[in-house]
Amino acid sequence: MAKRDRLSGNEAVAIALRQINPDVFPAFPITPSTEIPQYFASFVANGQVDTEFITVESEHSSMSAAIGAEAAGARSLTATSSCGLAYMWEELYIAASNRLPVALALVNRALSGPININCDHSDSMGARDSGWIQIYAENNQEAYDNMVQAYRIAEHKDVRLPIMICQDGFITSHAVENIELLEDEEVKKFVGEYEPENYLLNPECPMAVGPYSITDYYMEAKRNQAEGMKHVSGVVLDVAKEFAALSGREYGLFEEYCMEDAQRAVVIIGSAAGTTKDAIDKLRAQGEKVGMIKIRLFRPFPASEIAEALKDVKAVAIMDRAESYTNQGGPLGADVMAALFRARSEALAVNYIYGLGGRDVRVEDMEAVYETLKQIIEDGDAEETYRYMGIRE
Amino acid sequence: MSNHTEIRWHGRGGQGAKTAALLLADVAFKTGKYVQGFPEYGPERMGAPITAYNRISDEQIRVHSNIYDPQYVVVVDESLLESVNVTSGLKKDGAILVNTQRSKEEIIPHLKGYEGKVYTIDAYKVSMETMGKYFPNTPLLAAIVKVAGIMDEEVFLKEMKASFEHKFASKPEVIDGNMKALEMALKEVR
Repeated sequence: MAKRDRLSGNEAVAIALRQINPDVFPAFPITPSTEIPQYFASFVANGQVDTEFITVESEHSSMSAAIGAEAAGARSLTATSSCGLAYMWEELYIAASNRLPVALALVNRALSGPININCDHSDSMGARDSGWIQIYAENNQEAYDNMVQAYRIAEHKDVRLPIMICQDGFITSHAVENIELLEDEEVKKFVGEYEPENYLLNPECPMAVGPYSITDYYMEAKRNQAEGMKHVSGVVLDVAKEFAALSGREYGLFEEYCMEDAQRAVVIIGSAAGTTKDAIDKLRAQGEKVGMIKIRLFRPFPASEIAEALKDVKAVAIMDRAESYTNQGGPLGADVMAALFRARSEALAVNYIYGLGGRDVRVEDMEAVYETLKQIIEDGDAEETYRYMGIRE
Repeated sequence: MSNHTEIRWHGRGGQGAKTAALLLADVAFKTGKYVQGFPEYGPERMGAPITAYNRISDEQIRVHSNIYDPQYVVVVDESLLESVNVTSGLKKDGAILVNTQRSKEEIIPHLKGYEGKVYTIDAYKVSMETMGKYFPNTPLLAAIVKVAGIMDEEVFLKEMKASFEHKFASKPEVIDGNMKALEMALKEVR
């Protein structure tokens, strides 16, 4: 039985974690993710979970402790944002290369500087090559649902990779909105017990974790990680199918909104997708053929599926809430354009940088993007493909 | 009430504008509405101007931007009338609610020509008489519920009582004062 409630995105993720009852949760606070361990600490104090909650002195340590616990055979996780993630950098690669299905509740926030506490995706986008699975949410409901599905994906024997469950700092983490929660027992049953095949605390099978890899082996180790990544999409879809049967809420690798006959499309990640949906409804009411693809799974990147979804589109705007200083756009833009190129797409594509440091995204802003795409189709030329939305020049 | 209401709160850090917005989302949720309650965050500290927002709707809310053209504005601290453009985008068929000890006539000249309805409440008086301390957000919450016609007053009081009983389970002595503040505010707003 679903339970209707109203919760902030941080509360929603904390409740999912209570229902999952992981074994080990090392934590160090940083805005705007602090509330997740804060709520969770009260669940620990109230005896609602039997998780080992470890307060550490830095994010470097919280991820290290999560890795150590996971290697020992314990289901573990931590939460962080922004510079906290940056401080975990070294450990991110270690979790991935050791094939440890650690979970990270990431609340997206701009990296310094200038110092800023608000939302953009520069933190997780910077970590996109670390070997972690990355899943993004539009709202509190999706953040909750993604957290519930996280371990099923990460721990799958064909995957065994760490997973980052991302949501937009403040915009969803601190906004109270309606949500439907699953019953504790349902979540417990869905997630199941963690039964690692190889783990340090198994006396039957002594093993080393994280030893030196000589040149003769290093490349094969990395290739094995890539092999795990190849299985992620399929597992994500299988888990989503089971989750839909349980919750009635359907998830894919990405969401297609009004794409059936769309001539103009936006590709976007996170909370601004909801705002874009309102813009689409307004424009559709005026007969405009506009649609949107909202990325859920960003790593691994569902390139061919996205190219297929965009195959009939005349113009597309790819929206990046992070810079990558290539002088030609952001990370999502690069991935989508590569996908379009390989699919021999003839769509005219532009890449916008938007919403940095929490810059607000309004329905009108997204309407203007669709208007620009209309002009591009008329001109038959995208001209400058690297653009900024809502910038004061 | 129309099926989609947008409210903007202007306060100063520490006055509870954010809490009031979250409480309003909470109580509107209990009447079956879709709700959003969220603050706009910056380098907040005690006394700095802050903004918080509510959307209350019969339909699912997907937009995640701030509110630029609200139906209602609540001013928790009247000193903000001089430093912040509180009526910016405020709809003419909406209303502004100002916490002040002054009369409505004295406030209107400070509203930059706003042509809609103006309501005032002396939240200081209500708060001191009922709770013995200055917590402007409780009286303002009741006042905006009345001004915006968000729900039936009886239902509001009943839901708030349940909410306070849950929130203040460890200090039940404050429940009475808070309830009295709500009841008095419903009468005092003008």
